[in-house]
Amino acid sequence: MDPTNETVLRLAGITKRFGSLVANDGISLTLARGEVLALLGENGAGKSTLMSILFGHYVADAGSIEVFGRALPPGQPRAALAAGIGMVHQHFTLADNLSVLDNVLLGSEPLWQPFSRRAAARTRLLEVSQRFGLPVAPDARVGDLSVGERQRVEILKALYRGARILILDEPTAVLTPQESEALFATLAQMVAQGLSIIFISHKLGEVLRVSHRVAVLRQGRLVAEAPAAGATQAQLAQWMVGRAVERAARRPSQRVGEPVCTLQDVHTTGGRDALQGVRLDLRAGEITAIAGVSGNGQVALAEVLCGVRLPARGSVTLQGRALPPAVARRVKHLVERGVARIPEDRHAVGVVGDLPVWENAVSERLGSRWFSHPWFTAGWVRRRSARQYARHVAETFDVRGGGPDAPARALSGGNMQKLILGRALLHPGAQDAAAKNAGAPLLIVAHQPTWGLDIGAVTFVQERLIAARDAGAAVLLISDDLDEVLQMGDRVAVMHAGHLGEARPAEEWTREAIGLAMAGGTA
Amino acid sequence: MRLEKRHRTSAAAYVAAPVGAVAFTLLISALLVLWAGAPVAQTYALLAQGAFGSVFALTETLTRATPLILTGLAAAVAFRARLFNIGAEGQLYAGAIVAVAVGGLHGGTGLEWSPWVLFPLMMMAAALAGAALLLGPALMKARLGVDEVVTTLLLNFVMLLLVSALLDGPMKDPTALGWPQSVALQGELELSRLVTGSRLHTGLLIAVGLAVLLWALLARTVPGFDIRAAGANPRAAAFAGVPVTRTVVLVALLSGGLAGLAGAIEVAGRTGYVTLDMSPGYGYSGIVIAMLAGLHPLGVVAAGIFVAGVLVGADSMSRAIGVPTYIADVIVAASLIAVLVAGLLAQYRVRWK
Repeated sequence: MDPTNETVLRLAGITKRFGSLVANDGISLTLARGEVLALLGENGAGKSTLMSILFGHYVADAGSIEVFGRALPPGQPRAALAAGIGMVHQHFTLADNLSVLDNVLLGSEPLWQPFSRRAAARTRLLEVSQRFGLPVAPDARVGDLSVGERQRVEILKALYRGARILILDEPTAVLTPQESEALFATLAQMVAQGLSIIFISHKLGEVLRVSHRVAVLRQGRLVAEAPAAGATQAQLAQWMVGRAVERAARRPSQRVGEPVCTLQDVHTTGGRDALQGVRLDLRAGEITAIAGVSGNGQVALAEVLCGVRLPARGSVTLQGRALPPAVARRVKHLVERGVARIPEDRHAVGVVGDLPVWENAVSERLGSRWFSHPWFTAGWVRRRSARQYARHVAETFDVRGGGPDAPARALSGGNMQKLILGRALLHPGAQDAAAKNAGAPLLIVAHQPTWGLDIGAVTFVQERLIAARDAGAAVLLISDDLDEVLQMGDRVAVMHAGHLGEARPAEEWTREAIGLAMAGGTA
Repeated sequence: MRLEKRHRTSAAAYVAAPVGAVAFTLLISALLVLWAGAPVAQTYALLAQGAFGSVFALTETLTRATPLILTGLAAAVAFRARLFNIGAEGQLYAGAIVAVAVGGLHGGTGLEWSPWVLFPLMMMAAALAGAALLLGPALMKARLGVDEVVTTLLLNFVMLLLVSALLDGPMKDPTALGWPQSVALQGELELSRLVTGSRLHTGLLIAVGLAVLLWALLARTVPGFDIRAAGANPRAAAFAGVPVTRTVVLVALLSGGLAGLAGAIEVAGRTGYVTLDMSPGYGYSGIVIAMLAGLHPLGVVAAGIFVAGVLVGADSMSRAIGVPTYIADVIVAASLIAVLVAGLLAQYRVRWK
């Protein structure tokens, strides 16, 4: 169905300042009944702030919101829900140990109602599910569902509460290509039923496919608004970044060397995410990319290679040598041997946010030796040289925002990632240019290194990884982003339910074959 | 009313926060003083005079501050690592009773060691006793996820009952006319006076010295980095190669050891023997002091002296003017709340709507 002329949501002149930062600058938007509006923008462009204002989590400094022709009182999340706005967050807000029905009912029933009216609720849930083409089993435990099914429950939760405007925040980030297709079909059915959808994404291809109209935010301002039909990806990217964007070209490896790191029959403990007999050779001068839907063992694989999780069975060897048995010593050992580690969650794992930038820049290499280290002597930290090194990391990797003494928490996502990258890739011995190659990393373990970064930072990170590979490093790239896997990987392997398929040259894969393998099929 | 995170905290807010906290505390306490029917200005003047107004007052305040600084340090180092040690009171008694066991009981057993050997031995034994008491809860937290708040809090009562049993049993002073008090420490093991004619003893120097050492450890060394990192974000710390479990154990030993030393120094410097009322809740006050100091070891010294001053000053003021000494508890409690709220307001903005 094509959108109607009936306006269901009108944002007028929304402005929000945080101190001197203008997060939203006079943004005006409308949404029609039966329309899919894509909201596009880099991290920090103001998408989240705008949605938080719409949802009543923030109060705008100026501007007004009208839903179905009635003004929405600011600062009241309940009012937004009551007016028929529903949001599906990127990170699901479901209780794993409850059934689908319980999750849908949770919070939608008044507290003083002595018994929950389950029979009526079940009928209504099935009715909603049928109407919008979202099949679910009401009594299934959410913990047993696949990611795609959980997302369906999230959407149903919003629809069950009478949402007529649905906001989807990066909905395809956790889906296989096939699951994404199913979601797009559902969206079509929902708008056909007269719902309106705001679709937040940074994947340009799918934005053009699913939406009727695209609104682009940059630095808090609405810089462009255009019908999706006729727009091009290059045009959207230029609006988003403010200049013409060149994606890093695919540059296959020139010289593949010996295996640097070998995993043999590695098992780990733990549920869905556990490794089930993984074998892998990581060879010098080559990028091995792992594709897969998140939650299929990628976390365990990355943690095993970073030294923070010990395999229950099987062996990990670095240049043919086994690793120390205790976690802390294993981590120090890996770092000393030249393993650069880039964790998936930079805020929660990559840096200690409360500690200053300079301590985070040296943290990996602190205390690994008692004597004759430039940053510490017998446990005593030599702050001046450590700070100086942190400054060197920040300069080399263009870390901006706050000096070495600012808490790492204050850095933006991109700058935090550059700090982590610099800490991992640089080496205190390599500070003088003469010894440049001596400190080059042996192995790089990069788990979702470009996740959530803006396009400029993505290119920066990818170029650095390619440069390190060309200098002879073995690179393991684990990514949910299929485009990135195909662009960067020299060899590609697919992970599903803790099993890792064979790593084959990237040229032998097609998108369809990878998608099939991600869903557990065999190519 | 809602709280919104400030984009950044201005310099003015950093100054306004503590000033506001002090003003709030004085205001709340003034209302209670008025209620008690006393003149506010005079009450505060007498309180300040009683705490810091003379050499005698000052020595009394510093004497009281000594155990408070030590338990404050015990809480500060533990809380930095997010090990919520509520058991400093029990650890203090453990240290005290072990100090007397080493330095008082041996008279009849034939050990005639020089005080140069015995004194360090006594202090080390006391620190070890406090540390041992915290080691169990810390290991249970690290290995099994048992909440240390519950275990350390409950161990306080276990320890008090144990001390009570010892004071009525094997460690009872036969010359105490039936009072439940322990045998006395050997005279040559007692700490010497800092100011003649006062009760102020060299334990204060030990406490301040330990504060400086602890500050240096936390701020300047690799284990100190481990403690701060493991406390702020254990996952990120483990990723960077910090041995998190070992660090928690180290912190437990430090924290329990400091609380144990507080007990030993109180015995060696002030009481000379152990009674069940030797600590009016020093272990719990240590938590208040650590929070007041923002968990900074040098701040603990200042906060310890402040709290001791309020307590001692209130005693003296109460004798002169008849406002109950409970006003001291109100001042300390109000100041803690005010400091915590002020710290929050420096980071968040209040939106009325």
